[in-house]
Amino acid sequence: MRCGGNTSCVEVSLDDGSVFVLDAGTGIRELGAELAERGTQKVHLLLTHLHLDHLEGLRFFAPLFDPGVEIDLWGPRSPVLGLKERIRKSFSPPLFPIDLQDTPAKVTFNDVPNVPWTIGAAELRASLVVHPGPTVGYRISADGSSVAYLPDHEPALAGRFEERTRDWISGGSIAEEVDLLLHDAQYFEEEYDERLGWGHSSVSSAVAYADAVGAKRLVLFHHDPTHSDDRMQELEDEARSFADDDGDPPTIAREGMVLDLSA
Amino acid sequence: MPSDRPKHLVHILAREFASNLATPTLIVDADGMLIFFNEAAEDLVGGTFAEVGEMTIAQFSDTFAPRSDNDDPLPQERRPTRIAFEEKRAAHEEMTVTSLDGVERQIGVTAFPLFAQKDEFVGIVAIWWRE
Repeated sequence: MRCGGNTSCVEVSLDDGSVFVLDAGTGIRELGAELAERGTQKVHLLLTHLHLDHLEGLRFFAPLFDPGVEIDLWGPRSPVLGLKERIRKSFSPPLFPIDLQDTPAKVTFNDVPNVPWTIGAAELRASLVVHPGPTVGYRISADGSSVAYLPDHEPALAGRFEERTRDWISGGSIAEEVDLLLHDAQYFEEEYDERLGWGHSSVSSAVAYADAVGAKRLVLFHHDPTHSDDRMQELEDEARSFADDDGDPPTIAREGMVLDLSA
Repeated sequence: MPSDRPKHLVHILAREFASNLATPTLIVDADGMLIFFNEAAEDLVGGTFAEVGEMTIAQFSDTFAPRSDNDDPLPQERRPTRIAFEEKRAAHEEMTVTSLDGVERQIGVTAFPLFAQKDEFVGIVAIWWRE
């Protein structure tokens, strides 16, 4: 398997050793084992939303079961329940035998603010984006580089963003002129036609979005589980056919992929 | 003064919603700036949003010289946009206005506040009804 089959999880590590983890899909299980091996004592976990494919790995995240670890957890506000209460649902019967409050790590729960905030050397921004239920995208800027993460995003549902100024584009404030954009590109065009409103983008929409916000590099993210590696290669080829010739060509995200953003 | 500050997702979705309505609809942000009105509102306003541009909703309302049945100026406390913005509740009122093209029109205005969270007011929507 060339692309991998885990659900969403990305690590962003800074030169100063800070560790940011974006989402807690099944990919976080392996990452947790690696962080434990590295002896990481502090993790900043940024959740875009609480759909299961972005949360289901948390219950198997090794640092959560280490009393010496601090987990600083961030997520979108909900009009109904607090972040902790919402996450706690997945740590309760019949879904899981261990209650969230019985996990040994020191976990703090934070609603993402509406304004930029800093953690160590990093400036973070979060913005609500078009996807069913409260969902945010993130931007992390540090050491002269920036990455934006919008794994579940259907900006086309809010109109023709290609014709809008960036202040009117969903997630525009976090993706604008970013060095690296990880963006939803789940569907081929013909698939998208049948899945309009499901909260995900077609490959052409992802490429157009990257262009509209001036992202310097696009990594296609949130692969459809029915797509084989060969189909994923076709998706990448299709993305490149839509993209301008100048700049880095779009790339599909692959499990274990490492991108160095050193300025 | 025009603002290029990022719009809240509620505004972005409201704009798309309004863009697909045949009912004149205006969107105001939490600072009281009129940030959008749809094509259906252009007749009543007497211009496009690009022509009118962003301005405070109070300025915008004054431009139309809203009047009550007896042709007296409609007091601030009866203006639905002010009520929705200041008092954070829905309001409706019939009135006479003079559009930017100089035409006098009878309209109804319904305005209601937008909350992204219980404690996060993000603006108002005003709907104009042709009488």
